[in-house]
Amino acid sequence: MKSPRFDATVLTLGFAFLYIPIIILIVYSFNASRLVTVWGGFSLNWYSAMWSNQGLMDAAWVTARVGVLSATLGTILGTLAALALTRFARFPGRMAFSGMIYAPLVMPEVITGLSLLLLFVAMGVDRGFWTVTIAHTTFTMCYVAIVVQSRLLTFDRSLEEAALDLGCPPVKTFFKITLPLIFPAVIAGWMLAFTLSLDDLVIASFNTGPGATTLPIKIYSQVRLGVTPEINAICTILIGLVTIGVIAASLTTKRAEIRRVRDEHLAIRGAES
Amino acid sequence: MAKTLGPVKRKFSPWTDPNAVPFIRFENITKRFGDFVAVDNLTLDIYEREFFSLLGPSGCGKTTLMRMLAGFEEPTEGRILLQGQDIGGVPPYRRPTNMMFQSYALFPHMTVEKNIAFGLEQDNMPKGEITARVQEMLKLVKLEQFAKRKPNQLSGGQRQRVALARSLAKRPKVLLLDEPLGALDKKLREETQFELMDLQHTLGMTFLIVTHDQEEAMTVSDRIAVMDKGIIMQVATPAEIYEAPNSRYVADFIGDINIIEGKVAETASALGAPGAVRIESEGLSIAVDQESQAVKDDHVAFAIRPEKVRISLDAPADTATNAFYGEVWDIGYLGDFSLFIVRSEDGRFLRAAQANVSRLVDRPITFGDMVWLTWSRDAGLVLTR
Repeated sequence: MKSPRFDATVLTLGFAFLYIPIIILIVYSFNASRLVTVWGGFSLNWYSAMWSNQGLMDAAWVTARVGVLSATLGTILGTLAALALTRFARFPGRMAFSGMIYAPLVMPEVITGLSLLLLFVAMGVDRGFWTVTIAHTTFTMCYVAIVVQSRLLTFDRSLEEAALDLGCPPVKTFFKITLPLIFPAVIAGWMLAFTLSLDDLVIASFNTGPGATTLPIKIYSQVRLGVTPEINAICTILIGLVTIGVIAASLTTKRAEIRRVRDEHLAIRGAES
Repeated sequence: MAKTLGPVKRKFSPWTDPNAVPFIRFENITKRFGDFVAVDNLTLDIYEREFFSLLGPSGCGKTTLMRMLAGFEEPTEGRILLQGQDIGGVPPYRRPTNMMFQSYALFPHMTVEKNIAFGLEQDNMPKGEITARVQEMLKLVKLEQFAKRKPNQLSGGQRQRVALARSLAKRPKVLLLDEPLGALDKKLREETQFELMDLQHTLGMTFLIVTHDQEEAMTVSDRIAVMDKGIIMQVATPAEIYEAPNSRYVADFIGDINIIEGKVAETASALGAPGAVRIESEGLSIAVDQESQAVKDDHVAFAIRPEKVRISLDAPADTATNAFYGEVWDIGYLGDFSLFIVRSEDGRFLRAAQANVSRLVDRPITFGDMVWLTWSRDAGLVLTR
C-alpha cells in the first residue's frame, strides 16, 4: 500500500544514491588532512593550493576556451542543421542526413574520438587546441540540432510568411523574426554544448596534444597518481558553477511563466474595458 | 473620396460589364501537391474594389488559391495576372498584396506599434511618415491606447484588429483575408463583418476573403465563388447563390434546403406554359416555372428553401398548387423562425419554416398534427447538376 512513510523512504534512498558521493567529495574538499579519507578538520588550504597549481589552472583555461569556442561553432552548425531538417520537408538524402545527425548521440565516445583521431592523423594535422575544439564541435552540434529542432517544430511558420508578405526578404526575416523567437532554444543549446565540452574526457584525450590539456584530462591523470584534495576543490567549484547555471535557467523559465500569466490577465482586463 | 463611393456601392457590378478589365485573373490554374490536385484548371476573374469570397469546405483548394496569389505557392500550371501583369515567379516580398493570416501571425516579440510598422520599415519609409501611418492605422482599428502592448497582452478581438491594421498599413492593392474571423465569438464576428465592409468601402481596396462560413460570405461579399474539390461550382452574388444555385452541391452548401430527387415527367410544351417542368417523384408531382435544360425522363432534383414552403392545417383550395400532405414530425424553435419537419405517409420528409410574427407561445400547429405544405410554382427550382 501507498503510505507517506513509504514515499519518504523511497525518496530518501533515491536522493542518497544520487548525491552521497557528491556530498562526500564536497565535504572532503574542506579537509585539512592530506589524506583523502581521513577527516582532519576544516580548512580552505586546498582551494588556495589549487589556485597556485599552475598546471591545473592552465588546464582550466584551455577547457574554458575550448568550451566557449566549440559551443559557439556547434550552436551555429547545429542551428543550421535543425533549420534544414525542419524546413525542407523533402530533399535528396534527408533520411540519411537526419540519421547522421542523431548517430553521434548513440555512438560510443571511444569510436567518435578514435575516428576523429584517425582523420586528423590522415590529414597530417598536429593535434592540440584546435583539434580538440573541432572534435567537440562535431559532437556538440548534434545536441544543439536536437534542442533547436524541437523548438522549430512548434514554430508557427505563418510568422515568417507574414514577414515575407510585408516585404521582408528571407534572410532578413530569419534575423528579425525567426532567430529572436528561437533564441531561448539556441541559448539552451549553447549551454548544453558548453557543459558537454566541459566534462568530456574520452574524445578530448584522443584528440589533444601537447599544451592543450583540458581539465578532465588533467584531473584524470592526477587521480592516477593519487587523489589530492585539490581535485576535490576544483570539482566542488565545477559543481557550484553547474548548480548556479541550472538554478538560473529554471528561474528564468519560472519568471517567463509568471510574466505570461500576468499578460493574460492584462489581456482579459483589456477585453473588458 | 470615401463619401462619393457611397451611392456607387449599390450599383457596383463590374462583372456584368463585358468591357470591364479584371483586376486579378486566375487563368487555367492547376496546383498539385504530389498526387493530390488542390486546384484543378480553375479560371476566375476578380474586379477592382470587389469584396470577393472564396467559400468551401476545408480541403476544397480555397486557401491554396489565395496562397498562390500571395506568392507562397507557385501554380503547377496556368498563370495569375494582377492588373494584366503575370506575377508568376515574383516572390511574396515583392507582391503588392498583403495578407491577414488565420492565426493572425502577430510577431510576439514586438509591440502593437512595431507590428504595424514592420511592413512600412521594409519599404524604407521615412520615420516620420511611419509614425503617422501607424497612428492612422491604430485609430482606424480603435487601438490607440494599446500601441505599446505586446500581442500576448491583448484579447482575441484586439489581436484580430492588430493583424488587420498591419496588413492594411502598406495600402496593398489587394488585401487577402484567410478565415479572418474564425477565432472570434459569434457576436464579435458579426460586428467585425460590418466593420470590414465599411473599411473596404472607405479604403476602396480589393478584398479577397477565404472562409468556410457561408453566413460570413453572404454578409460581406459582392460576389462569392463556391468551391469544391479544387474547382469552382458557381460564382455569383450572394442573392443569386442563395436563390438560384446551379447545382445540388451549391444549394445544399448554402443555407437550408429541401432536395427531392425525381424525374422529368413533362416539359414546357406539354404543360402549356413556356419554360415549365413537371417532376414526378414517387407519387409526388411538382410543377416548376423555370427555364430548364432538362428534357423528359431526365433525373433531376427539385430544390426548395424551407421559408418558401407554406404550412397549413387546411387543404389548398386550388388543386393546381404544389402540395405535400403529412404529419408534423418535429418542430425546431429558433426564436425568429420555427422549422417544421413534416413526414408523409410513405415516410418522406419535407421542411417548412415559418416566421414567428406574433408573440404567441402556443402555436396553432403542433406535433402530430396532419398538415398541408404548399408552394407556388416559382418558389423552387430544378437542378440538373
